[in-house]
Amino acid sequence: MAVKQTVSESKCYLAQARDDVVVDVYERLPVPFGLVRFGVAPDHPEVKNVINTFTQTAQHERCFFHGNVNVGTDVSVEELRKAYHAVVLSYGAEANRSMGVSGEDLAGVFSARDFVGWYNGLPSNKELQPDLDCETVVILGQGNVALDVARILLSPLQMLKATDITQHALDALAASRVRRVLMVGRRGPLQIACTIKEVREMINLPDTRADMLPADFEGISETLKDLPRPRKRLTELIMKTVEMQSGEHEAERRWGFRFLRSPMKVLPGADAKRAAGIRLAVNKLESSGEDAKAVPTGETEDLECGMIISSIGYKSLPLDPCVPFDPRNAIVPNKMGRVQDTAGLYCSGWVKRGPTGVIATTMNDSFDTARMLLKDLDSGILDLSVKKPGGSEITALLRERGGRTVSFSEYEKINLEEVRRGIALGKPREKLLDVREMLAVAWS
Amino acid sequence: MLLLGLSAARVTCGRLRRPGCAFSNARGVSSGRALRAEERATIHFVDRDRKRISVNTVTGVSLLDVVVNHNLDFEGFGACEGTLACSTCHLIFDEQIYNTLLTDTSIADEEMDMLDLAYGLTPTSRLGCQVCVSKALDGVIVRLPEAVTDARKANDKDSAP
Repeated sequence: MAVKQTVSESKCYLAQARDDVVVDVYERLPVPFGLVRFGVAPDHPEVKNVINTFTQTAQHERCFFHGNVNVGTDVSVEELRKAYHAVVLSYGAEANRSMGVSGEDLAGVFSARDFVGWYNGLPSNKELQPDLDCETVVILGQGNVALDVARILLSPLQMLKATDITQHALDALAASRVRRVLMVGRRGPLQIACTIKEVREMINLPDTRADMLPADFEGISETLKDLPRPRKRLTELIMKTVEMQSGEHEAERRWGFRFLRSPMKVLPGADAKRAAGIRLAVNKLESSGEDAKAVPTGETEDLECGMIISSIGYKSLPLDPCVPFDPRNAIVPNKMGRVQDTAGLYCSGWVKRGPTGVIATTMNDSFDTARMLLKDLDSGILDLSVKKPGGSEITALLRERGGRTVSFSEYEKINLEEVRRGIALGKPREKLLDVREMLAVAWS
Repeated sequence: MLLLGLSAARVTCGRLRRPGCAFSNARGVSSGRALRAEERATIHFVDRDRKRISVNTVTGVSLLDVVVNHNLDFEGFGACEGTLACSTCHLIFDEQIYNTLLTDTSIADEEMDMLDLAYGLTPTSRLGCQVCVSKALDGVIVRLPEAVTDARKANDKDSAP
């Protein structure tokens, strides 16, 4: 069967479950691993250890990686469905939700997706050139992506130098004038979406201090005892930070949360070309807990800043006209991984459930989809008596069209080259940023 | 003989050293508390399908090490390889054993932080990479959290990978 690639390369567990199954993984870029490579922050190398598990899977004798294949343009989903018994879509969420406010297209406004792509070496973001010649950055959103961005903006350069952050990002950060990062959320402290590990990292970040508004936490301590443990510990930690900040020395770099604020408009500077601030709507909360709703009060507030990064969520895109797509939820409609009304088509990961969750979440989801698929194989819903050509037909089609794939061992040449370049710079790797360069190395 | 026993077992180094957990460096020299040559313990794992798998292991290694070294086929277990960057080595203990473990050392913030993200979190949950096998754990039953399907809201936080 064919799998459109993602962190759920653990799909190759299918290859292990039955000895008659071959799994082909198709990926648009010449390199695998998706967000584990392009999303996980450079200073979180342990999170990337899972690449070792994925590599083992990719090297399984009945699992084949085909990089440099754009499903939807180089080959259609229909052609894949003809060639395989089953096709699994796990292509994630490559777009971002937009704020939908005026001024969003001014210079100095970025999506977190692009900013992260820039420091993580995503080829399509290599020309981003964010201008860090400003003192304050406002991030819309308070999830772990927002915290990653804040931490990268404020980390002492020493800490970043030995990571796999791209060299151009490192150079830009070395020249950065950014000293204050505010992460703004629509709702209150009890609805904050980040997790405790990331908050603890900010607290422990050398040469920085917290910049919170004590008034934002009024009335919170009374509610603590009834909260589930994860929420309770997180809230307690943030409140402790507020307590501590009054006694803190004047560290140059500051980070903080601002609550009950939604973006209304990006305010241009004098030249009308760059962002110079953001107008925020002041909210109040209706009901409480995880499902509390933010409701505008009619009041507004302006924050001065030189850069705005919107970190309000990713979004999946429709792949191919023959694949059902739910534009409201931006997912492929499915029941437990079986795509609606389309036999032999499955989905897993963010394109199935929506773009939230850590690696373990998505990995477990892939296992669920794989189990469903195996069930369908065993029960005969997927008819294995019909012979299917699989990869040989697709690679032939691609060749006819002038395309060429990158195998896993060819990707490993890219890997080795990146590691080699990194050694010279004292980094675990220096990522190749240009797809043509990647291909040249892969096919050398 | 001690060193032979250690090099046979691959040790996934946790970020935090647990007392009693031995760590071997590249030359195979052990550090930490000395092991008695014959000290072993039996651990009973109950997997997601409620099947029991019993393993006899050397002491001084983490429960994650035991799963890895004995090739126990638990889906996605130990994804971050014992570096406290995930919660996939989540194990559930009986209350008594959980409390016994606590009297030795309290749980570090870093372990609690990752446990907070674990599926099926219980008051007697631990991360396997932070719990060391000792004679006190001989005969203990540890359970993997049950298989989770789509309705996982309680511990699922919106977050980046």
